[in-house]
Amino acid sequence: MSFLEFKNVEYSYVGGDDELIQALKSVSFSIERGEFVALVGCNGSGKSTLARLCNGLLAPDGGEVLVDGQSTTDKRALFDIRKKIGIVFQNPDNQMVTTIVEDDVAFGPENLGLPPEEIRERVDWALASVGMSEHAKSGPFRLSGGQKQRVAIAGVLAIKPELMILDEATGMLDPNGRREVLEVVKKLNRDENMAVIMITHFMEEAAAADRIIVLNKGSIAADGGKELFNTPEVFEGAGLDLPLYVRLARRLNDAGMDVGCPLTADEFAAAVAKAQGGKK
Amino acid sequence: MRDVSMGQYYPASSPVHRADPRFKLIILILYLVTVFFCDSFFSFGFMTLFVLITILLSRVPILKVLKSLRLIIIILVFTTLLMMIFYSDTTSAPLAEWGIFHIYLNGIYAAIKLGWRLMLLVLMPTVLTLTSTPTELCDGLESLLSPLKVLHLPVHELALIMSIALRLIPSLIEETDKIVNAQRARGAAFESRNPFKKIKAMIPVLIPLFVSSFRRADELADAMDSRCYRGAKGRTRMKKLKAKFSDFVALLFWCAITVCILFLNYNWLGWAFITALSL
Repeated sequence: MSFLEFKNVEYSYVGGDDELIQALKSVSFSIERGEFVALVGCNGSGKSTLARLCNGLLAPDGGEVLVDGQSTTDKRALFDIRKKIGIVFQNPDNQMVTTIVEDDVAFGPENLGLPPEEIRERVDWALASVGMSEHAKSGPFRLSGGQKQRVAIAGVLAIKPELMILDEATGMLDPNGRREVLEVVKKLNRDENMAVIMITHFMEEAAAADRIIVLNKGSIAADGGKELFNTPEVFEGAGLDLPLYVRLARRLNDAGMDVGCPLTADEFAAAVAKAQGGKK
Repeated sequence: MRDVSMGQYYPASSPVHRADPRFKLIILILYLVTVFFCDSFFSFGFMTLFVLITILLSRVPILKVLKSLRLIIIILVFTTLLMMIFYSDTTSAPLAEWGIFHIYLNGIYAAIKLGWRLMLLVLMPTVLTLTSTPTELCDGLESLLSPLKVLHLPVHELALIMSIALRLIPSLIEETDKIVNAQRARGAAFESRNPFKKIKAMIPVLIPLFVSSFRRADELADAMDSRCYRGAKGRTRMKKLKAKFSDFVALLFWCAITVCILFLNYNWLGWAFITALSL
């Protein structure tokens, strides 16, 4: 049994002009513990709807969402489901409940009804994991966007979920903030074996994941590993760009150089150096 | 920009800052009631002495305290003057009179007492807000009101609403700034000297502000739901308020002051020195 399972999930809502918008059409996939998945798609592809279906913020109109075998439509299971799946949202300012960083991180574990000493431990651990320990006592308004988002991640982390969903959590950040957040998420996936679903339209971020799910107009257009970048049609069909280095490599390949399909700057440099060296 | 959500909190390390907010609130209520029992100049002086001691203990500079009372002091002086000139006393002759204004000796006394009483009434709440963060006060209030849970009053929810409201004030100010600038760029007449135009120019600011507040509230609710929030049920706190021995001592001390004031006011045992001080 998979940890998270979508079975033919349908979801529609009433849009601004009173017309029914079908956000998800018969979506099926499953996520295992410890996976690092990027969910990509352009605006209106149903990404955020999908995130909200995972922990029962929204209930599917058709089909079923199962978390560890429990359906999200079962109201009694919601508390357990939300303990296992945490979501970090786009705007860090709208996720903070209190005026002090450590109190905000404590909000989740407090809701779980843990004893004060354990809450303290989890808060300290969560803040250390995202590298924000020295800001524990400050007000969130003195922090930068990336720092605030790291606090929001710590807030979810303190619940110790098995899966963390980042719903365009880097969308409002500058490149530095984006890098900070991505590093933290990678580290958590690696060290804590926490599954991550990263919803994004920054393809460079998607390239960091082990598995990529492409969402196009409410259906899954592609689902696979990094090899997906070898078939750029699936991304272009979904209205997405390829990561910068993949695009560069493709041009070089077209021009007669063999650099393969590098995803990061380092890989790209290595591939180019190798190709050049081979020619000499 | 100063952090508005911290209120007028003055960070310092003092026994008053460290005291349990619940005890501070109880002492404040006790104090306010006691001030209404003060009647003679001596009892006012007596109370003032302990207020000054509290301020000294809190390590908040007295000027800082008075500065946060600026506006109130103006109102206070005004009230006192009105009291003085409109006081009427049929038992004694006025010291001075101009038309409808009469000044009596008792009037001067009454006016000074009124001003003094008002001053005492606003001083202590100010000291409280200078020495406790809004979060502490919210927690204290929640804890004090918790017996009302028996009456199904949603005490926890009310405290949470208060703390979220405090937390959102800076965001709302920021949002307002943004909208004002956006409307200004579209030619809104915020600088107009005509008050009607000015008020009209605020409407296109308030409507988007409302809309965005609702959107923000929606997002916050989703984030809280995602973090396992389900009301007060089964919820624990990381920072438990713990009453210290010194908190009880302070409370007892203020109870003693209340008893003293009551004695000064009612003179149950008929002591002569109290009668002598009863001006």
